[in-house]
Amino acid sequence: MTDPTKQSELDNVSRRSFLAASTGIAGSFIAGKAAAESLADVPQREVGADLAGLSERSKFVKLARIPEATPGRRNVDHSDAINSKTPLDKLLGTITPSDLHYERSHSGVPDLDPAKHRLLVHGMVEKPLVFSVEDLQEMPSISRRVFIECTGNGWENWKRADPSLTVQNTHGLISTNEWTGVPLRFIVDLAAKNQNATWMLAEGGDAAAVARSIPLTEEILDEAFVAYGQNGEPLRPAHGFPMRLIMPGFEGNLNIKWLRRLKFGDRPWMTRWETARYTQLQADGKAIQFQLRMDTNSVITSPSGTMTIKPGRQKVTGLAWSGHGKIAKVEISTDGAKTWKAAELISPALPKSQSRFEMTWVWDGKPTKIVSRSTDDKGNVQPDRPSFIRVHGTNALFHYNAQQTWAIDETGKVSNVLD
Amino acid sequence: MSSISKILFGGSIALALVSRTFAYDFGRPANPDEIALWDIDVRPDGTGLPEGKGTVAHGKDVFAENCAACHGDEGVGGIKDRLVGGQGTLKSDAPIKTVGSYWPYATTLFDYIHRAMPYQAPGSLSVDDTYAVAAYILSLNGILPENGELDRNSLPKIKMPNRDGFVPDPAFNPDTLFRKRSR
Repeated sequence: MTDPTKQSELDNVSRRSFLAASTGIAGSFIAGKAAAESLADVPQREVGADLAGLSERSKFVKLARIPEATPGRRNVDHSDAINSKTPLDKLLGTITPSDLHYERSHSGVPDLDPAKHRLLVHGMVEKPLVFSVEDLQEMPSISRRVFIECTGNGWENWKRADPSLTVQNTHGLISTNEWTGVPLRFIVDLAAKNQNATWMLAEGGDAAAVARSIPLTEEILDEAFVAYGQNGEPLRPAHGFPMRLIMPGFEGNLNIKWLRRLKFGDRPWMTRWETARYTQLQADGKAIQFQLRMDTNSVITSPSGTMTIKPGRQKVTGLAWSGHGKIAKVEISTDGAKTWKAAELISPALPKSQSRFEMTWVWDGKPTKIVSRSTDDKGNVQPDRPSFIRVHGTNALFHYNAQQTWAIDETGKVSNVLD
Repeated sequence: MSSISKILFGGSIALALVSRTFAYDFGRPANPDEIALWDIDVRPDGTGLPEGKGTVAHGKDVFAENCAACHGDEGVGGIKDRLVGGQGTLKSDAPIKTVGSYWPYATTLFDYIHRAMPYQAPGSLSVDDTYAVAAYILSLNGILPENGELDRNSLPKIKMPNRDGFVPDPAFNPDTLFRKRSR
């Protein structure tokens, strides 16, 4: 391997094999790719490390979230970060590892003692109740795979497209986990909610006591739950340990973490988070309020921003999701939204959960743009950016679900563009 | 075991029956005194506002001591949210959303300060100091006079400049969402 002539031959072989079969290599996060060209170069088998209490990631795999602040404020000191974004470009399948689940926390990450944590259920109920974590775990449980998405996801691209952004920067405020907990309806029935109680205040036990008003629609009563489990283990502190609300399909902020109070009433409370925040300023200066559902969305995660591809076969892959239900279809355009082709949806494509899509594409080496658009089973289609901006203007900050376009230049460099 | 099976596999009717019968098998009754400790929310009609009062003048001192380090002197120019000004900018390309330009309810200001501020020690301000600092922030925005005072009766009566600046999503409009059920 030290012979320069041989190395150069290997490089050529390597380049040819890339041309023949480069699939997602642009975005590979595995170090030392294609370093063993002949089977003779594959290292000898050897005895590995001792077995351990925790299985760590391979030293060859580098995965991390990125703590960021508001749009354009990246690479901030962690003390200034308000969210931490999931590396969508490096994930496989649809489940987000717990330690890589995106996070938005409003006053740090408390690590609450579960023995001392309590959930108070009161307001317009016959029986105000207090529950411990153990009480919840004694109740009948459900487990469900759902996405949670911060309403700020996509907010980097409202006004301009910074070409240095990765898909982690543009779309990393969404993740999918399996959550385990108690159906909200079970708790509502235990407390014997007054039938005129149509709204519920959910409040966290974090320093800010983040609180949101939740309309008790049949859909929400059927699907919301109070979770204590995340991907098979107790919640991580960053995700609300020891208990949080899960609101499938709705704004991330409604999925109150460190849940400590549910109060029933007959109208919304108008907390700071549903007035000053999480309202969408439109071009006419009015703001949309209680836009609670996360809309139909998708993004190509590979090839995506800052990757480099080579001419030849590409596997184009990404994630699609909708707060309305199941993803029914994802289409991909590789010619700047002129023509579209259906991508393959990888099973299982579950309702209110991220779905993986793939398509094979042969890049001819000419500059172009690639973009995806999703359609859900209620018929909602992810809008193109010009139409979306015509309706909403560029000041809304939250609920950006326009199609994401990636430009590819003649060198194969992929970058974030508006459309 | 059979009741658990019903809960697990039955519909919501089974759920309701079982839970009525065994309600106190899970958790315990909450007593009114402990509920009062946690029942901090304030609504636009003033429900939940505690007894107390505070003047703009006193609020200026409370602000200087507890808020100015992050929000800047007079609520502008700090490292955290700007609280003052911005009225008339919401249609511009660079809208400035502050208490004065954007917040629809003055009650929300009390609720938020009371539950979440100051950032490092939420809940550390007395009720009177909370009324006072809310009054000061409103006066900086021209919503209360410099000699103004707030209490549980006057606070809900304040009409914020952007009170009519919000349009509910039709899917979750509080005025119509549960109309059928509640009438």
